[in-house]
Amino acid sequence: MLKTFQLGGIHPPENKLTADKPIKRLPVPKVVYVPIAQHIGIPSTIIVAVKDSVQIGQVIAKSGGFVSSNIHSPVAGVVTKLDKMVDTSGYKKQCIVIRTDEKNLSNFEEITYPLKTNIELSSEEILQRISDFGIVGLGGATFPSHVKHYINPAKKIDYLIVNGVECEPYLTADHRLMLEKSQEIIIGIKILMSALQLKNAIIGIENNKKDAIALFKNLTLNEPKILVAALAVKYPQGSEKQLVSALLKKEVPKNGLPLDIGVIVHNVGTIFAIYEAVQHQKPLTERVVTVTGKNLKNPSNYWVKIGTPISDLIKDAGGLPDGTRKIINGGPMMGKAIKNTEVPITKGTSGILIIAEEEASRNKVENCIRCSECVFVCPMGLEPHLLMSLAERALFERAFEEDIKTCIECGSCSYVCPSNRPLLDYIRFGKNSIQKLSLSQ
Amino acid sequence: MSSPTIIVSASPHIHSDRTSKRIMYDVIIALIPAFLVSIYVFGIGALIVTSVAIISCILFEYLIQKFLLKSAVTITDGSALITGILLAFNLPSNLPIWMVIVGSLVAIGIAKMSFGGLGFNIFNPALVGRVFLLISFPVQMTSWPTAIENNTTLADAVTGATPLAIIKDGLMAGETMTNLSAKLPSIMELFLGITGGSLGEMSALALLLGGLYLLIRKVITWHIPVTMLGTMAIMTGIFWLINPAAYANPMIHILTGGAIIGAFFMATDLVTSPMTHKGMIIFAVGIGLITVVIRLFGAYPEGVSFAILIMNALVPLINKNFKPRRFGATIYSKIVSK
Repeated sequence: MLKTFQLGGIHPPENKLTADKPIKRLPVPKVVYVPIAQHIGIPSTIIVAVKDSVQIGQVIAKSGGFVSSNIHSPVAGVVTKLDKMVDTSGYKKQCIVIRTDEKNLSNFEEITYPLKTNIELSSEEILQRISDFGIVGLGGATFPSHVKHYINPAKKIDYLIVNGVECEPYLTADHRLMLEKSQEIIIGIKILMSALQLKNAIIGIENNKKDAIALFKNLTLNEPKILVAALAVKYPQGSEKQLVSALLKKEVPKNGLPLDIGVIVHNVGTIFAIYEAVQHQKPLTERVVTVTGKNLKNPSNYWVKIGTPISDLIKDAGGLPDGTRKIINGGPMMGKAIKNTEVPITKGTSGILIIAEEEASRNKVENCIRCSECVFVCPMGLEPHLLMSLAERALFERAFEEDIKTCIECGSCSYVCPSNRPLLDYIRFGKNSIQKLSLSQ
Repeated sequence: MSSPTIIVSASPHIHSDRTSKRIMYDVIIALIPAFLVSIYVFGIGALIVTSVAIISCILFEYLIQKFLLKSAVTITDGSALITGILLAFNLPSNLPIWMVIVGSLVAIGIAKMSFGGLGFNIFNPALVGRVFLLISFPVQMTSWPTAIENNTTLADAVTGATPLAIIKDGLMAGETMTNLSAKLPSIMELFLGITGGSLGEMSALALLLGGLYLLIRKVITWHIPVTMLGTMAIMTGIFWLINPAAYANPMIHILTGGAIIGAFFMATDLVTSPMTHKGMIIFAVGIGLITVVIRLFGAYPEGVSFAILIMNALVPLINKNFKPRRFGATIYSKIVSK
């Protein structure tokens, strides 16, 4: 029996169209648009001015506080504008616009470093680099990674859990990265284990990536402290709480963090970024993005500079197909629909999904037939039908008592509802309303 | 931009292919074997009662939605069709047509539409219709045509009591179970449904086939049917072991009096049953216990209908008190979070 989490979960069609497509390097765009709010927390503070020349990897926006992160220039070029533009959230956000210096060849070459296995830095130096080089969680949450490493000394940390689950349908960015950068990821794991004095690490990978599981099992044959766990395919296993529950049979307490039960979780992409930052002093200026969709001509995986407009990626993948009705930043379960393709890739963009007419529009909402499916699939043990009806009637206090705030917004309830009820929409509305109420009090 | 309109909506952006309509039609498919058996056993009468119940349920829903509520007409969702079939399955095949129509009006008009329509009713509509008829017309509702030999001629049908009624009347008249068992159909006859009774409730085999289909299609889970029948078997088993002369054995109780149709098709009604597995088990234990109490100590020989309706009334309370286990709410986590 493969491991998996206990409560709820669904298995939507996997549609991993790009699983065997090696990661391609996209040509550097002529102009990059770098938003200063790419992570959860306080936006970074811009430290460049218009007409400034910037080098690749130069800090252009400084961390704005503890839960914040540095942002580095993904290209060499000239700052042309500091402007507000619509980002993937749909809101206008401050961006640094940089015109690429076409004479600077290093912009266009793939920079490959030799594998560096020796860990020479001290704990403090390692953690400082993770903070300085703008590493944030690349699984999608974009939580600044260094924050996870400030650990109360009273708390004992037993495990580093490496998230290679990639449970979202369609997305294959982590899968390809695991196949192509496996040794670097192992070194990244060792770096973190040594910096945080961790005794064990577990790499969790879903069983639809058998090649990655086999590869990592092979690589860790002589690494007794690093375990590789094959997991049953179930959504939302890539969620931190569900992954910990699947691997350790322990649950993160309500309103708590994995740290509370002695666990630190990092995405494989983050681990690779940590490897590059610590071993090669390379800041986080590019990431892997899956561009996919059933009607797309060449669905592919790309190495993309942060700030590249999404239209560049779609063009390379064969152009926007006729009949496109939805463009999604991320996967189909938790991704955000965006209005147009003139939106930049950020640190949190793991995929771009193009959806055609048939799947784009929602079906007619019908009466709840109380079939309990939403209750059965909720990975947090909530009652989505109840939360929706409480939010609908503005009974926010009762919704709060029913733990509406613990919803992880995985969308499993809306996915299964046979009456097409917009459960998650109303739960989000309830959560936001409670947030507003508690702020105004 | 090549497309004229790009849709922006919140996640999730995909949906499973499961629909309410498909669930409803799965239930209808699951009822087909029992319907075929009822036609074989009771003949044309079964066909007439079922057709009348279906047509009048759908018609009443249409009329109420169109002219009384002036709301959208949703008769194609399959739910009125199911109510019609289930109501008919709980009626004798020789019931006067006008009574079937009255029962349909009560089921759809009172039990379903007056509560707000599909999804809002507290009580199982078909059972409300059935119990209304049982209380209003006890004579017609408890005289069933006997099986097989009468399936061609409706008018001359010989009526006879159901196995549970034979037992109840016999025991009240002072007979012992040993004498009574001679008058009862064999367990095999009961299992196949070659016996008197309401038109869709007798064939355990056909109903189990349908129930199995519902389980495979994940329309229902095992919790309610297994717990309900299990509770009935244990309770009647205890009495039978104590005094086999005064109490029927558990097999008879499970195979007769609508226990199987109740367990798989009535108690599992999505709208009127609890929404967690824990709640379902409590609900089903309640139905089992009440059924046994009514059968062994009450005036009615059967009792499944009453038991389900009583437990239907408790569903909101069960839902409130038997919540799913919240993630992270283990004893271990409680200690840690302090």
